[in-house]
Amino acid sequence: MRKLKNIFFVLIFSVIVLNSSNSAEKSTPFLETKWTFKGLFGKFDRASLQRGYQVYTEVCASCHSMKYLTYRNLAEKGGPEFSEAEAKAIAASFEVTDGPDSTGEMFVRPAKLSDKFVMPYANEQEAKAANGGAYPPDMSVLVKARKGGADYIYSLLLGYSEPPEGVELDDGVYYNKYMYGNKIKMPAPLSDDLIEYTDGTKATAEQMSKDVTNFLMWSAEPHLEQRHKTGFRVIAYLIILTVLVYFTMKKIWSRVESKV
Amino acid sequence: MSDHEYTPSSKFGKWFNDRLPLLTLANHLTDYPTPKNLNYWWTFGGILTFCLITQIVTGLVLAMHYIAHADMAFSSVEHIMRDVNYGWLLRYVHANGASMFFLAVYIHIFRSLFYGSYKSPREIIWILGIIIYLLMMAAAFMGYVLPWGQMSFWGATVITNLFSAIPLVGESITTWLWGGYSVDNPTLTRFFTLHYLIPFLILGLVVLHIWALHVPGNNNPVGIDIKKPSKDTVPFHPYIVIKDAFALLMFCIVFAMFVFYQPNILGHADNYIEADPLVTPAHIVPEWYLLPFYAILRSVPDKLMGVVAMLSAILILAALPWLDTSKVRSAVFRPLFRQFYWILVADVLILGYVGAMPAEGLYLLIARVATAYYFAHFLIILPVLGWKEKTTPLPLSITEPVLGGSPNLAAVRSDEKIEKTIK
Repeated sequence: MRKLKNIFFVLIFSVIVLNSSNSAEKSTPFLETKWTFKGLFGKFDRASLQRGYQVYTEVCASCHSMKYLTYRNLAEKGGPEFSEAEAKAIAASFEVTDGPDSTGEMFVRPAKLSDKFVMPYANEQEAKAANGGAYPPDMSVLVKARKGGADYIYSLLLGYSEPPEGVELDDGVYYNKYMYGNKIKMPAPLSDDLIEYTDGTKATAEQMSKDVTNFLMWSAEPHLEQRHKTGFRVIAYLIILTVLVYFTMKKIWSRVESKV
Repeated sequence: MSDHEYTPSSKFGKWFNDRLPLLTLANHLTDYPTPKNLNYWWTFGGILTFCLITQIVTGLVLAMHYIAHADMAFSSVEHIMRDVNYGWLLRYVHANGASMFFLAVYIHIFRSLFYGSYKSPREIIWILGIIIYLLMMAAAFMGYVLPWGQMSFWGATVITNLFSAIPLVGESITTWLWGGYSVDNPTLTRFFTLHYLIPFLILGLVVLHIWALHVPGNNNPVGIDIKKPSKDTVPFHPYIVIKDAFALLMFCIVFAMFVFYQPNILGHADNYIEADPLVTPAHIVPEWYLLPFYAILRSVPDKLMGVVAMLSAILILAALPWLDTSKVRSAVFRPLFRQFYWILVADVLILGYVGAMPAEGLYLLIARVATAYYFAHFLIILPVLGWKEKTTPLPLSITEPVLGGSPNLAAVRSDEKIEKTIK
């Protein structure tokens, strides 16, 4: 009986191990970097989020929308935490069409904190037409929409190289070792010193990739910090309560000649 | 149902109870004699009730913010995640709650299989349980469609397409289910309505399930009939209540770890991509708790027969009380059955694993063997085992093995001890 059980668990274990080693063989392992948002008390690196926003707005935003984000989010707690004045200034640098006004006309005005991020294209068709038929995905929840999450996005941004011998690429298609099928229609978006960081950090490709991935992680999980904080309290509370209930249970069951 | 008549002490209580015997019911639930040797596998009934209530309460609030429309469903979910106060918490509890619900129900079912809880006189409890399980799967499947992500859409397409395998009327039924010629807005709105309805049907069935349980009383790890109330039983309150509470808290800790630290690990990344009828995902996989049945479906080459096999795999469970011919309930006294039980557990886990893999090559072969074994277990092994197996002697009461600790199996098995008890 016990032997059988052991065989059973060994079987399960080997299936799991075999599977993980199998999948590791199939795809290239992701580049490793330290994320501050991981772990029990994981928090975002505020400065990195702010730089990440700069990368997004100066580089990515020319093709990728972030339609679920609002300019007020930039000043909210747990995010890049720009001051309200800064967030207002950021919003005001974009123009949105509003209306109709009292005369029935549409008009253009500077964006406010309550406006959604301005989209680079009017619609999906325009986006496709401008990008050789490929639709640049909306980036609001992109990190959660890709297997591997932040590690995948970070690796992809740095995964461009010349195609290996024998791989033929069409015009407008690029080689990326982390992309599914290794072919991607987005040219390498980041290169050293492509932008100039306002806080003076040196804008290497790695630095920009990390910052923008941090920013995308926040945009996909804007309440991550609150979640970790609440989670720790909830679990600590539950553990204490469980211990108390355990001893209560022992006490109650001591009245009968039976163990629990 | 309790052995003594209950009379409320206050005058008003008596007046009220004569007209609506709620106090008698409350008294029955508190005094309900429960076998005192129930182990922790028995705490999952209470845990499941907790899961159902959690799903209903969180679902209720989510439904206040969710918009069941093909163009707005996905963004309304993002609205919940971003702008609704604690919306992220509600949604993650609800989504992971479904997984926890299934985890608990699988433990509950396999506990029943091990200790023979489905056998006479508990067949109706068991069949009610199977109906609840079927409804749970329907509710979970439709709930997964609601966020209108890629897996929602394509999962719905695959599953509803199964009905087209029915000869002659299949296509018409599928069109009727969709409310159109493909999965679209009408499908989403009806799925939302049904997803809202089913939990209340489940709630009603749970009441019947517990009612039916309270007629013969709980089975127990030894699996013998016991006198109630007697030295073998304890009143439900406080003994079982506190034990259930302890187990529930442990369960909640695991639940909280998923919700707060790995809220998306049980889901599929593709479901954060808004549904697109023109782009099919590379692999369409259902949620983990449906994978064994998905593997059975795909292991049969013919579509109609695949659907039949998948449905039979669940419905065969309803016939279990009659397929298992052994008079002995608990696997503790059935050495051969015990081994086949663990092989079945492994078989179902293997089915779940290959269900997540592409249906080709070795995976398909494994799925076919495992499917064949699954049916063989219920249709051949169990009936034959009941006739052939030499079971070990049963104790006369549970007090004997319980004395001085948890069920002392060595003592139960040794014939000497049994003889002493008989003397």
